[in-house]
Amino acid sequence: MGLLGEAGDYVMLMRQTFKRPDKGWVFRRQLFIDFYALGVDSIGIVSFISLFMGAIIAMQMAYNIDNPLVPLYLVGYTTKQMMVLELSPTIMSLILAGKVGSSIASEIGTKRVTEQIDALKVMGINPANYLILPKITAAMLYFPVLVVFSIAIGLSGGLLAVYITGSVTVTDFIDGLQAWWVPFDIYYSLIKSVVFAFIIASVAGFKGYTVDGGSVAVGRSSTQAVVASSILVIVFDLILTQMLLT
Amino acid sequence: MIEVENISKSFGGQAVLKNISTTFDKGKTNLIIGQSGSGKTVLMKCCIGLIEIDKGVVNFDGRNFSGLNEKKKKNTRKEMGVLFQGGALFDSFTVEENIMFPLNMFTKQSIEEKLQRVNDVLSHVNLDNANKKYPAELSGGMIKRVAIARAIAMNPKYLFCDEPNSGLDPKTAERIDDLISELTEKFQMTTVINTHDMNSVLQIGQKIAFIHKGELWWEGDHQEILTSDNPELNEFVFSTELTRRLK
Ligand SMILES: Nc1ncnc2c1ncn2[C@@H]1O[C@H](COP(=O)(O)OP(=O)(O)OP(=O)(O)O)[C@@H](O)[C@H]1O
Ligand SMILES: [Mg+2]
Repeated sequence: MGLLGEAGDYVMLMRQTFKRPDKGWVFRRQLFIDFYALGVDSIGIVSFISLFMGAIIAMQMAYNIDNPLVPLYLVGYTTKQMMVLELSPTIMSLILAGKVGSSIASEIGTKRVTEQIDALKVMGINPANYLILPKITAAMLYFPVLVVFSIAIGLSGGLLAVYITGSVTVTDFIDGLQAWWVPFDIYYSLIKSVVFAFIIASVAGFKGYTVDGGSVAVGRSSTQAVVASSILVIVFDLILTQMLLT
Repeated sequence: MIEVENISKSFGGQAVLKNISTTFDKGKTNLIIGQSGSGKTVLMKCCIGLIEIDKGVVNFDGRNFSGLNEKKKKNTRKEMGVLFQGGALFDSFTVEENIMFPLNMFTKQSIEEKLQRVNDVLSHVNLDNANKKYPAELSGGMIKRVAIARAIAMNPKYLFCDEPNSGLDPKTAERIDDLISELTEKFQMTTVINTHDMNSVLQIGQKIAFIHKGELWWEGDHQEILTSDNPELNEFVFSTELTRRLK
């Protein structure tokens, strides 16, 4: 199947997915399960990576800025800008594409090959709506939360790094964090994370839903989901940056 | 009554069903028999609309079904119970939640009423202490029985069972057969069963369609099947030592 045909199938599937759920409470229950299973469960990895990323960026900046004419609070400032604008929304999304994307694709793919999707359909239920919509909605809710979380942990990591290495004083670093504060930067970051959440959850849902074959095909589709959604995340990062920041 | 008229289906140029016409009667257990790979599952899935047919029509009680769009098919589907060959239980739900699922989606019953219904159908299939188990914790035969329980939970007008007793011991297999035929009689369902189990054929074969190489080769009941002189049918029926002795 060509790329264009696949894109067409994806759009068709999304049209089935975005329908009103048959039972509101069943949808909300599923949403809660997915939010918990994928969102809350990702806090650990997000914290770990953000902490190290923030620390490393702060150390690199301190190392780079050794010209006495450049004020030291710039270390804090650049660490903040890098975390907020790019590292937290984009790098976190790429990591979550691996974790969340493969989990969604393999879960739905397994339901496909074991005929659970057929079973839903013959009960008179819209399987795309029942299975995929809560996952997309949950992702669009917990991605921004995780990003804010990642920014906070990342900046703490930076602070910790300068405190331990003593390259910049803590006061300078905190001054930098507070310098030139632009609220729109945060919105930009959150908008990106919501768009990436949609891309990752919907592409993974699509890849799982359209599995054809057995367990080998499920594995293949989950790899494809990660690769395809990572590429789309980076492409949309560029598009959104062009749209929102220039 | 379900009418199947001239349906054909091929996959990638290979014809699996060739111009099949038959009827499945109300209040009877209608059997589709045939060798492995003869097209039984495909025929059943064509009837319930999970596989698009290339040609032909399927009517449920005189209402056209195969020509409807997905949205309109929903209404008829709510009157169907389907047992898939592999059970197709929802793996993230317990036995109880699996059976309760269609009740949750389509009824406004209270939780007590739903639980009552779950326990009713579970006792029909002789599974009394499995409510809280997950499908991964069940044996193959238990999965089949839970799947039957789920299929009948909504009192369907049309019941489709793809090999309900394959993989079960003879005693349980017979009990499942009896259960299905009892329910069929009691609720006047139109029941369609795929099987290659000769015990079932002789026991509950009120109407039998023999599929051979994708064609409807022979039709009759469990008396006629023993006296037919159709060579391919005889080869199928009298393929085991036990049935040869019977003859
Ligand atoms: N989705 C599909 N794509 C291609 N070929 C298929 C598909 N489904 C079934 N077939 C082919 O159709 C034929 C009939 O398959 P079917 O599953 O109906 O057999 P069956 O009679 O149910 O066998 P069994 O008793 O083993 O379950 C087989 O040759 C199979 O390879
Ligand atoms: Mg079969």
